[in-house]
Amino acid sequence: MRLWLNKQRNLLDFSLSSLSRRRGKTLGMLAVYTSIVFLLASVMLFSHAIRREAATVLAKSPEVLVQRMVAGRHDLIPARHLDAIKGIRGVQSAEGRLWGYLFDPAAVANYTLMVPTNPRIEPGKVVIGDGVVRARSADPGDLMSFRAHDGSLVQFKVDHTISRDSALVSADLFLVAEEDFRRLFGIAPGLFTDLAVSVRNPREVIKIAEKIDAALPDTRIILRDEILRTYESVFDWREGMLLVLLAGSILAFAIFSWEKASGLSAEERREIGILKAVGWETGDVIRLKMLEGLVVSLSAFLVGYLLAYAHVFHFGAGLFEPVLKGWAVLYPKYKLTPFVDELQVATLFFFTVFPYTIATVVPIWRAAIVDPDTVMR
Amino acid sequence: MRRSDAFLTFTVALLGLLGASFADAVRGVGAAQQSLAAKADMVEQLGLTDLVLFTEARYTRHPSQADLHSAFQDHPFAMDHFPSGSLLPPPIWKGRP
Repeated sequence: MRLWLNKQRNLLDFSLSSLSRRRGKTLGMLAVYTSIVFLLASVMLFSHAIRREAATVLAKSPEVLVQRMVAGRHDLIPARHLDAIKGIRGVQSAEGRLWGYLFDPAAVANYTLMVPTNPRIEPGKVVIGDGVVRARSADPGDLMSFRAHDGSLVQFKVDHTISRDSALVSADLFLVAEEDFRRLFGIAPGLFTDLAVSVRNPREVIKIAEKIDAALPDTRIILRDEILRTYESVFDWREGMLLVLLAGSILAFAIFSWEKASGLSAEERREIGILKAVGWETGDVIRLKMLEGLVVSLSAFLVGYLLAYAHVFHFGAGLFEPVLKGWAVLYPKYKLTPFVDELQVATLFFFTVFPYTIATVVPIWRAAIVDPDTVMR
Repeated sequence: MRRSDAFLTFTVALLGLLGASFADAVRGVGAAQQSLAAKADMVEQLGLTDLVLFTEARYTRHPSQADLHSAFQDHPFAMDHFPSGSLLPPPIWKGRP
């Protein structure tokens, strides 16, 4: 055993010396390899973490939402629809929701206005999200004015702000009282933005959705399950988009590493020939070259993955922020929960370390089985 | 120090850091449980439906609430105006009537 271990250490010594003789090439390869692993691992970690966070947080979103559609557009829904829905067996409760958007010319940003039913907001007061706080430098007690639908000014006093911890779901929220909401937009009593329905038995949700659809043909129904699947696909899509953008560089790297690993230089051929001439066995030569591949690919994987982990979970995924921000003025400042899928990490390990190591074997084997004299010539 | 010893020490250190990153992830998820529960409670209390990712247009702010045409409703022949529209797929609906 000790003998075997010593042999492996000697082989490793030899392969490290061989790599250091081609220092420039090896370091260049290592740098490119590490950056590719870093980018792939960053996309993978970010997408998985935000997907899990969305699924956890949105698991308590409204069970069924009913919107009214007029000529293909979302329209206000009358309160009489509420009575029709409450009459359907299996419906536990139904309530009208008031929400919409308000463009703030001072911050050049869109806010999401909502009327919460619990806790109720006092008329004239507003509760704002962290993005609004930052965009307007607003503090509790400050006044904010907006022009209503008829041109009159509606003034709000900031009651309190929502913690930055929940910015991922609340950054642009602007919570107001029902009276203020209706006054701002000129929405008559008895009209709502949409209806939220909760169902007694979760297994009956689809049946009840069908019943609502049959009773109210001018409506569109959105289930919680669909919200969750929309987010699942949002992040699948985004991961795909990023990977498509990266595909060019990944392909270039694949060609480069294949070329590097599978094509032997004259110098390497000579080295193999000399090793064989001084008595090395074919198996030892192959093991030596595989070790060289493993040293490069394992180091690149470990360094690339660790950098990606720090980038996504400790430095706020700064490289992706410009892509994710889009044109938005209000972008939530949030720290992702480090949900890591070990299977994904193992897959990344397998697809980054093994192909390179294996790619080194075939040409070495070919060169190693030829007569040393021929190889050296 | 032999080259192999230096490399093995370096690799063991990196493997240690890899293990530490998994431990950090487990610790981070544990520490975030309260904040995740608070966010989920806020979602339930306010009836929120979407994450605040893109606030520039209604179909990017609330992708789950937008209909399939909303990205093209500004005027006839209007193409999707916002670049983030390309980062968001249309909402998914079940095969209901």
